[in-house]
Amino acid sequence: MTARFAFASLRNGQTMAEHSIPVAPEMSSLLDSVAEQCREGRRLANFFGHRASDQPLKLYAVMSDDKANLLWIGAATAGASFPSLTPRCPQAHLFEREIYEQFGCRPQGHPWLKPVRFPARPQSPPIPRNYSFFHMDGEEVHEVAVGPVHAGIIEPGHFRFQCHGEHVFHLEIQLGYQHRGVETLLEHAASGRVPFLAESIAGDTAVGHGLASAMVWESLSDVRVSARAAALRAVALELERLANHVGDLGALGADIGFVPGSAYFGRLRGEFLNLLMELTGNRYGRCFVRPGGVTFDLPETMAESFLKRMKNAQKELQDVSRLFFDTPSVFERLDGVGAVSLNACQELGLVGPAARACGQDHDVRKDHPYGMYRFHHIPTMTADEGDVFARASIRRLEIERSLEFVISQIDNLPQGNLRAACGPLRKQSLAVALVEGWRGEIMHTVITDEEGRISRYKVTDPSFHNWMGLAMALRDQQISDFPLINKSFNLSYAGHDL
Amino acid sequence: MLTTFIPLGVTLVAAPLVPGLINKTKAAFAGRQGPPLFQLYFDLLKLLNKGAVYSRVTTWIFRAGPIVSLASVIVAALFVPVAGTASLSFSGDIIAFAYLLGLGRFFTVLAALDTGSSFEGMGASREVTFAMFAEPTLFIIFVILARVTGSLSLSSMLTQAPLVGTPSMAGLLALVVFSLFIVCLAENSRIPVDDPATHLELTMIHEVMVLDHGGPDLAFILYGASIKLFVMVAMLAHLVFPMPDGSPVQSGLVFGSLMALITIVIGIVESAMARLRMVRVPRLLMAACMIACFGMIISLR
Repeated sequence: MTARFAFASLRNGQTMAEHSIPVAPEMSSLLDSVAEQCREGRRLANFFGHRASDQPLKLYAVMSDDKANLLWIGAATAGASFPSLTPRCPQAHLFEREIYEQFGCRPQGHPWLKPVRFPARPQSPPIPRNYSFFHMDGEEVHEVAVGPVHAGIIEPGHFRFQCHGEHVFHLEIQLGYQHRGVETLLEHAASGRVPFLAESIAGDTAVGHGLASAMVWESLSDVRVSARAAALRAVALELERLANHVGDLGALGADIGFVPGSAYFGRLRGEFLNLLMELTGNRYGRCFVRPGGVTFDLPETMAESFLKRMKNAQKELQDVSRLFFDTPSVFERLDGVGAVSLNACQELGLVGPAARACGQDHDVRKDHPYGMYRFHHIPTMTADEGDVFARASIRRLEIERSLEFVISQIDNLPQGNLRAACGPLRKQSLAVALVEGWRGEIMHTVITDEEGRISRYKVTDPSFHNWMGLAMALRDQQISDFPLINKSFNLSYAGHDL
Repeated sequence: MLTTFIPLGVTLVAAPLVPGLINKTKAAFAGRQGPPLFQLYFDLLKLLNKGAVYSRVTTWIFRAGPIVSLASVIVAALFVPVAGTASLSFSGDIIAFAYLLGLGRFFTVLAALDTGSSFEGMGASREVTFAMFAEPTLFIIFVILARVTGSLSLSSMLTQAPLVGTPSMAGLLALVVFSLFIVCLAENSRIPVDDPATHLELTMIHEVMVLDHGGPDLAFILYGASIKLFVMVAMLAHLVFPMPDGSPVQSGLVFGSLMALITIVIGIVESAMARLRMVRVPRLLMAACMIACFGMIISLR
């Protein structure tokens, strides 16, 4: 047996020169190494292609070693096709489909090579739009198609159920309706526009994506963020998490027809959005995190009123959570619905609260700490069942921990400049930034060319990892439970479609 | 002659108030102001002034659905007493009442199937499945009332039952009222069986069957649903408390406050609990049926 192709290690928010990224002699040795690392418990955090001008396509794989707090990176030059990794390592399935769609490099033997989004890159090959959906035969099997236009005001996505009566055998999810070509836009944008574009990748994760983008930028231009700016960033990120988690619990309440739950959680969500607005000037936290720091300070007087309101909200949240989680009919409705096993979770590489609800102890804030999380740890919460109740409980616990964290941060904000100036980017380098957004791991990867311009900007939203988890959660469930299970994941369409 | 139609007239005029009051109660529990009490009247007016859009794949059944179901529920309302008297009453009208409601449902289901939409087909199958459990309960309740009052007309059964005032009768009536209450929730697609407020097609039962109707057709459906709710609440009102013999004003006041009280109770139930999982709904309805059966055994003693 030949020795395994060795990846280079990298930390979250670190830059490395492109020539120091190990390049495998052959595609297969890179893939073998990825498969082997997956078996050892590392996760495939990113797998993407990059074609620098007049050079052949190169594929980069980023592995995450959550125990050792390290990322591992390796690359290889690809031809017109490569042997698919998916049969050995299911986590790769969507990455490989994306590579095929973006660069036309075919993963041979991929079990399900269907389109991810519609092509935006000019060099992409045409993708069959009339894709034939997965389909079951049987006398009493019927198909229910939902979307892409939905009854509520939500994003577009197409869902196809293969059902027998109320029983769902299989759910197929087809997304891509919101494809805006974000990566291409980011690659060609003037540097001042990059943060704005990053914040609009997914409207409900403006702080998360903004922060990841800023971290990449700072890393590439060797800028250090002051302690005060780092603390304020953490406060904004946690407020975003609080608003969304609280909103999600309210939405779960609405889906099961539990009026008080939806009303009270909905009001508290507004409270957190208001706090975010007072801190950043925008209810969704836009235009706050910028490369080098943040745009606004939190003065003493404001901090005091923040503390008071947060502590109020903390008390109210306790009462509302108790009302919601202790009502028997709510428990009965959520318990055991839409379970994902830990095994499926690991095979698919789920991230964020959805993974923690399955018992996967993974959180970027703990595994790859950045900013303020290097000094203040937030305990990671896990559950075992992986059902809707577990996902709701994880949100409840994370809300409590986040509130404690934000209160302690605001209570003793460090001193420092708000924003440092950023110089030009390093040439021919690669930088990686991971952020634990409220949905899970957000990853921004940037490669610069010989003039210090961005030649590849790869965005990986947590939803990209998790949509397949939703499809698995629907197996052998009731079709009437789909809206509830979907809401318990609450994935982003825009973040997936880019 | 004219006075005969006063109970029906009251039903037709006051029916949209019942959903309005339920929504007000729910809003109060949610800490909101909620839509006005008369919102359904405004909605009906708005819908009646609209045009309707019909799919090319539908047939006359789709257009007949709302009309037949509204007509049948109005005719069924003739037999239900309002403040002690019904517009029409004859021996054995309970069968007519039950199957008029059944006819309305049948046409709603046919109209839903006529669209050929998978959602509506799903809703139709759920509706008839749950009706299959609710209907026997209703009949067992009728058997008990017929046995207790010795009458076979709906109005005398409902108005006389609470007057047979022995302690054992009180227990029996409690069983009847409880199971009729659950049937009322199920028949009128309220929580915990169905959620009238949801926008999620996949979880709907009744609402999903009428998704393709618009304009006046939707108005007929909404109006018919409110009459059905009014009628069922009126049945409960007569069972829980005997109507006084005095002037019509007096009995009208008693009836009105009983109606409001029961409506508020429905609103409280909707606010206090989450909807049942769909597979559990038959169990709830079977429990109601069992309770009615116990009642029947007691009444036969």
